[in-house]
Amino acid sequence: MSALSSLARLEAVRAGVAQPLATVRHVHVSDAPLVLIPLKLAGEAAAPLAVMVGSAPDDPSLLVVPQPRNRDLRFAFAAELAKLVLNHIETSRGEVEELPPGKEGDDRIRYGNAPQLLVPNRGGVSFLRLVGRSTRFRSTEGPYAVDPAVPVLGRWLTWFADRHDHPGSSLLRAMTEVLRLHWATGQSSVEDGNLAALMGWIDPPDGLDGPAAAARAEDPVTCPPAGPATDPTFDNEVLAPAIAAYDRSGGDPRAGDRLRALIAGQLTPTWDLMWRAVDLLRAMPEGASVPRRWERDRDAFTYYHQTFGEAYPQARRDPPVRAARRLHDLERAQDAYEAQRAFDDPLVMAEHRLAGQAFGGPVTECDPARLDETGKRPKLRPLLRVRTADPVRLDIGTTVCNAARPALKGRIVEIGDGGVLLELTGGMGRKLTPEPGAVPQVGERVCFTSLTEGSFGAAKFPDREDTPWTHGGPPEEYVPTDEDAEEDWS
Amino acid sequence: MTETAPELDRLRGSAPPRNHDARTIAALTANPGCARRGLMDAAGVDKDAVARALGFPAPFGQSQFAITRGNAFEAQVKADGCAELLTLLRDRMGLAVSEVAYDDLEVVAGNEGRELRHTRTRRLLAQALGSGEGTLFDHPLLRLEIGGQLAYLEPDVIAFQIEGRLHVIEIKSFAVVDGQAEPEQVAAAARQSAVYVLALRRLVAELGHDPERVSHEVFLVCPENFSNRPTATPLDVRPQLAVLERQLARLTRIDRILDALPGDLTFEPGEHLADSVRTVEARYAPECMAGCEMAYFCRDEARACGATGALGRAVRDDLGGVDTIGTALGLADGSLSPSDDLAETAEQLRAAARLRAEALGTGHRDAVTAR
Repeated sequence: MSALSSLARLEAVRAGVAQPLATVRHVHVSDAPLVLIPLKLAGEAAAPLAVMVGSAPDDPSLLVVPQPRNRDLRFAFAAELAKLVLNHIETSRGEVEELPPGKEGDDRIRYGNAPQLLVPNRGGVSFLRLVGRSTRFRSTEGPYAVDPAVPVLGRWLTWFADRHDHPGSSLLRAMTEVLRLHWATGQSSVEDGNLAALMGWIDPPDGLDGPAAAARAEDPVTCPPAGPATDPTFDNEVLAPAIAAYDRSGGDPRAGDRLRALIAGQLTPTWDLMWRAVDLLRAMPEGASVPRRWERDRDAFTYYHQTFGEAYPQARRDPPVRAARRLHDLERAQDAYEAQRAFDDPLVMAEHRLAGQAFGGPVTECDPARLDETGKRPKLRPLLRVRTADPVRLDIGTTVCNAARPALKGRIVEIGDGGVLLELTGGMGRKLTPEPGAVPQVGERVCFTSLTEGSFGAAKFPDREDTPWTHGGPPEEYVPTDEDAEEDWS
Repeated sequence: MTETAPELDRLRGSAPPRNHDARTIAALTANPGCARRGLMDAAGVDKDAVARALGFPAPFGQSQFAITRGNAFEAQVKADGCAELLTLLRDRMGLAVSEVAYDDLEVVAGNEGRELRHTRTRRLLAQALGSGEGTLFDHPLLRLEIGGQLAYLEPDVIAFQIEGRLHVIEIKSFAVVDGQAEPEQVAAAARQSAVYVLALRRLVAELGHDPERVSHEVFLVCPENFSNRPTATPLDVRPQLAVLERQLARLTRIDRILDALPGDLTFEPGEHLADSVRTVEARYAPECMAGCEMAYFCRDEARACGATGALGRAVRDDLGGVDTIGTALGLADGSLSPSDDLAETAEQLRAAARLRAEALGTGHRDAVTAR
């Protein structure tokens, strides 16, 4: 949070409708994302109750576990879900792109597309992670055999949940998080966790304003929760009797159908909201670096898909080297993501300007042909004075770059009442006179920032055989055991 | 300390007093500055009933599936004189547990007052501390002074004595998967346990023993992975204890709040209920929704008067402590001129407003050139 986004919240209160926090869309939205709305049985860690899933608004599939405490029914559910999710994964690959060979001459390819999973909220992500954890070690033979698709689903869900932690990845996204990145509502972040209330502020139904729509969304009868937790009153008054009736009927399909209809009633409103949210996001122009980040997602997907057959299920806990490398990757991704968003979007850059890490305003003086002749060879060093009312908190000598064209770099020479004096150092061509249009002219509005994409490079980590003793030494090779496969899921 | 009791009884009206439970205790450290909650809890007011009478029922319903699961797990762990629990403490925690006596303090002789139950808790603990013998006490009834007022706590925990030290054992039905549980749930459990540790320490001190005989290490017993098998995890609650002790010391004293209130104030349901509740100042924050039955009423009140706090503590902090939305917006658009202490905040808000407008292309784009 910052004063800027807080101010946006106040404006939302005054306007009675959500206010923008972004001028472009910062996430990739697939043509056919797989929307997944899971429900779980209250009180259990990862007992699925139902899921509504599909990649077109008019074509939801509803899977229900009529007795969530029954282990066989759970695995039957997992197998059905696996077929839907795996089918989505296989159909989302697109054409294969041949890439130039790698450093060691190895063939490199990239799938032209990748699957995208959308869930309503963070709880949905956590739930998929747990379902992944509870299914990926299952054995497909022996006394506890499950459908071969079940452990495959577990591994993919685990992979998606891991990618969710990756800043800027769009492979698995929680809709509330995505919306909050783009809009500020007139309610607190606690209330924003409710998808219906959040959507009420962003896109209130006809005849209602944001507060009224959000108030309506808090009534679980009109707006059932978006999962994975169900409404306790629904559990006690509707679901429990229906499950009991199903048990008594001895698995009668009619009792099962009644249960499905009740659960469909709980999920359909969220299903509609999810697709409305997708439409809202699609209507925004895409940020300039979104395709680049999606390309990284496609790389990650290609790699995992290609190596799937030869890899084990993800370990319960990462060994030290992999954990360290992963943390490092996440930090770098976070750094790059923040910078990219700011370069893509003046409203995000405004946050950095308010924080003093960027400044903007009109150019008041410009000496585009200035040369620095103190060294052996003259260097092109144009001077630029930018008048700004921003609270600049950068030191003299800091390297900054132009927000509109980050290749144009400069160094802060002086900060005073007249603005900021910059000495431009790069991004103007190789000659002693700048390329036409490279140096901003007097009167032009510019924004310079100290943000850079990739402020720290990739670090080197030891191979797993060389894990230092401080981290427990080389870990044992992970091999799934029978115990993993037999673990209760009760 | 108890001279305020009749006044508190009057506040409650004819309803019987409510004991503190896990939720009120968690709320205690979350929002110590709220006079309304402090007073209602001290008087043992049924906040749930009050909120319902006010038309703002608290959405704290519990699913019967969760209740069944929680009870079944607890019953399983405690079955046969806590046989499974003892195995766990021996095998997992490596504790040398020998002969153990198990006392359930929940029911003394059917239907009796909390004073009686507390007395029994005291007596049994005194014996155990004196003899130093291994003992499990289930459902002890504890007391804690909160805002100058004694409050009864009914923890759903076991006090366990080993090698002369008492440990709190808390049984929770959330799962620990691969050694990890949901951080919020663990944090809540740690906060609650800290309250029990503190209350036990006070009791042990009253009994003339060293309060350090109550360990800061509590045992959290949860289902392991996706099974019903229990697992025990030691939890160091020293940080939570430190916070709790500081908050309790800072809590507005109940008698001071009472002094400032009209002498005939009561929370008895009736036409004046809303006015009575409003007489006592609340300090609403969105976090209240997780733990206080009055939250929806207080939120409505906070929103009606345009309090920035209703948007969250972070927003309020960003606004440099400006209390109302109208004032903040006025400072941001320059229609209000700030007092000296708000000058810096106002400057920040005006800069934010200018930058937003510039980025969104809505007016004052040339504010810079105009200056």
